[in-house]
Amino acid sequence: MITFTLNGQVLRFEGDPEMPLLWYLRDVQGLTGTKFGCGEALCGACTVHADGAPIRSCQTTLGDLSGVAVTTIEGLSPDGMHPVQVAWRELNVAQCGYCQAGQIMSAAALLKDTSHPSDAAIDDAMSGNICRCATYPRIRAAIKRAAGEVQRKTASGGSAK
Amino acid sequence: MDGITNLSRRAVLMGLGAGTFVLAGGLADGLGPVARAEDTPKKYGGDAMPGGVKDDPRLFVAVAPDGTLTILCHRAEMGQGVRTSWAMVIADEMDADWAKVKVDQAPGDEARYGNQNTDGSRSMRHHFQALRRIGAAARQMLVQAAAAQWGVPAAEVAADHHSLVHAASGRRLGYGEVAAAAAALPVPARETLVFKDPAKFRYIGRGDVGLVDGFDITTGRATYGIDVRRDNMLYAVVARPPVHGGKLSHYNVDEALQVPGVLKVVVLNTAPLPSGFLPKGGLAVVAENTWAALKGREKLKITWEDGPNASYDSAAYRAELEAAARAPGQVVRTVGDVDAALKTAAKHVTAEYYIPHLAQAPMEPPAAAAQVTGDKCEIWGSTQAPQTTRETVAKVLSIPAENVTVHQTLVGGGFGRKSKPDYIAEAALLSRAMDGRPVKLTFTRTDDLHHGFLHTVSVERLEGGLDAKGKPVAWLHRTVAPSIGATFTAGVKHEGASELGMGAVNTPWIVPNLRVENPEAESHTRIGWFRSVSNIPHAFAVQSFVAELAEAAGRDPKDFLLELIGPARQINPADMSDSWNYNEDPVAYAYDTGRLRGVVERAAKEAGWGKPLPKSQGRGIAAHRSFASYAAAVVQVAVDAQGKLTIPRVDIAFDCGPVINPDRVRAQLEGAVTQGVSLATLGEISFKAGQVQQNNFDTYEVTRIDAAPKDIRVHLMPAAKYDAPLGGVGEPGVPPIAPALLNAIHAATGKRIRSLPIRDQLRA
Repeated sequence: MITFTLNGQVLRFEGDPEMPLLWYLRDVQGLTGTKFGCGEALCGACTVHADGAPIRSCQTTLGDLSGVAVTTIEGLSPDGMHPVQVAWRELNVAQCGYCQAGQIMSAAALLKDTSHPSDAAIDDAMSGNICRCATYPRIRAAIKRAAGEVQRKTASGGSAK
Repeated sequence: MDGITNLSRRAVLMGLGAGTFVLAGGLADGLGPVARAEDTPKKYGGDAMPGGVKDDPRLFVAVAPDGTLTILCHRAEMGQGVRTSWAMVIADEMDADWAKVKVDQAPGDEARYGNQNTDGSRSMRHHFQALRRIGAAARQMLVQAAAAQWGVPAAEVAADHHSLVHAASGRRLGYGEVAAAAAALPVPARETLVFKDPAKFRYIGRGDVGLVDGFDITTGRATYGIDVRRDNMLYAVVARPPVHGGKLSHYNVDEALQVPGVLKVVVLNTAPLPSGFLPKGGLAVVAENTWAALKGREKLKITWEDGPNASYDSAAYRAELEAAARAPGQVVRTVGDVDAALKTAAKHVTAEYYIPHLAQAPMEPPAAAAQVTGDKCEIWGSTQAPQTTRETVAKVLSIPAENVTVHQTLVGGGFGRKSKPDYIAEAALLSRAMDGRPVKLTFTRTDDLHHGFLHTVSVERLEGGLDAKGKPVAWLHRTVAPSIGATFTAGVKHEGASELGMGAVNTPWIVPNLRVENPEAESHTRIGWFRSVSNIPHAFAVQSFVAELAEAAGRDPKDFLLELIGPARQINPADMSDSWNYNEDPVAYAYDTGRLRGVVERAAKEAGWGKPLPKSQGRGIAAHRSFASYAAAVVQVAVDAQGKLTIPRVDIAFDCGPVINPDRVRAQLEGAVTQGVSLATLGEISFKAGQVQQNNFDTYEVTRIDAAPKDIRVHLMPAAKYDAPLGGVGEPGVPPIAPALLNAIHAATGKRIRSLPIRDQLRA
């Protein structure tokens, strides 16, 4: 049996430990915000947080998760008001939107560790996330816009994760 | 799950009947569009599309008693922002409060809603005026209802931001308060509609309306086809013949059935060639979840019979195309005497360009859920073409198309791939095979790349003659590429009128001798639409060659391009042997060289054309008309000593006529620039032994944030009057990017790249 936390809720899993987290989230838990894009950790659409760090859920098995706290896009903030989500909306980043949950999870993890990322740091953190609509200029701008806000909220004990 | 709950919410709203403005469910047969345009011998634009354009407000607008305005969008949302822009137009003409607007998605039903096929950059081009009529008619009905309630002439009542106002008496009613009465009124005839003064637009042409799906997308609630969940649903993947036209020979499914969670393996028949939209057949694994289905598929033992395309090899095929391009072919446009002019030209320049197959590779791979109940089928899917989906599903199930209901989800990227409903037909067949349980069919990325409807592959050969002064005197273009037509009709070996009209025949050049030929090319795979379609190879070759001629003439490429375009004039596309013109009126949508000049001059000016750049940097320019819009790009590149290419800046000037949603037009162009960079630098699908060689994003690379141009500047030409014809937006930004990039690389390095993708051709 594997015990882990999903969006704050403790779960016990007794199935095949080889099952990828991605398909567990989508097909078993019904959390379809985490997307399938490649199945080989090449596109970042399935990015979630494991103990706050960005991981590709298509290459993470449930057996890897013992004692781990997993956060998906649905659990990033209770009300959709994480500064990265807000910045994404203010700049109308999305086109088709399909990759954006993964982009937002990667960006939120970046900003947790790096208060004001340089362009190079953004390239480094975000180049694992493909956007076929190529919304990259707005992704970059939204990360910079959210940067100060994440730090401010974290310092004041706000809800930013 | 909002894409789905939206549907039921609409049903509830409409179901309120007397309490709502619109009684969509009770619309009697024969009520059709209001005041139909007079039938004319030849129809153009939206009127020429199957199903035409509908402008009856009762189909698209509902006002609830609390004032909530629900607008039905019948176009597929795939990133162009159409659900937002569509609602903006109706809301603005109604003088509605955007905060009270909800957007619902129409199911697939072209008899009811008009044409829904979302491709060809047509949504606003074909519907803007109809949306204005819908909004204006609804506003006038609300005004009339209020006037009747107050017993005053309608002329004394004005609509004012979701209210009706009688200025003389100071009375005011909310839209919701008169909605029921308004719904009972006849729809005003088209000629009685009074449109809003554009100076008073609150939303159209302005930039302050957020995306209607923005909250759902940023919180993971947005529902795409791949996200659909139904009670009792099963999950499926299919092992398809690796060669187009191949089929099952021998197979053993025993091990697959041993995988926990796998319920059944289903044989799917292979459609005979040409297979059109029909599935490729193969073995489907149906399971309790996607992962079990994938594991089961790995355990299938299959021997395929490869069929007639087993020897398709991209290297050999390229040599075939080149050989074809070096010999005369079917003449598709001719002016003057090219052969004589080339013989006597002071300079004779020849160049051959190659661009391989490309895959659309939308981030959401093809996916849909289906449930068959008796002779009815319900689909929840990601599709650009709900009506084609109905017809294709009906065909494979042998049921009437009216029995197929298509619930349209958000489309996680289309780029033309999801105009083809093969994957949805598979889901329907599998639901029937599973005794009517809902089945969700998912393509993996490898399935997507191996079983696509690929962008064509082409060799474009150009020859040009210059006189002693460097003036162009001859232009010969041979375009050789397998046609989309071959996917649907046996024996098609020539590009169709629409493909040739995407920048091969319709060059407006001031050249006295010009000929375009289209030698034969046989198709060995499924060719389909890819964002911008044949404009990509044609503009790549033509706009590269213009720069090559400029170099041979010793001229500045921008000045040379402008001279080739010549003075501002309106050209009937038919006079350039373009009988198609995106199916738009050749007069209203003439080829306007003044607008092409305009974007060239604007892009050059904004980019600082001619200003010095650091060593190893360069600028390139290219311009192209497509989808009735005009685009020009200046790309600035830097190439270091090791041959590493970076793109510090791109300026793109764009003229699509009236601009409805400037933020989304900019977004489409930003995306088009990088998608153009992506196909030019990395994009290639190749075949060996009939099989696609690329399996995932490691071998079919696409541009990521680190290599994307960091500074993309979009310059929209001053908007035309709102009654002027609209051009398309989604696609026309792509074609000029590759040639502008290659021209910039030439300016920076002296290297002329004629074979795409660039990949490591610049490496020292």
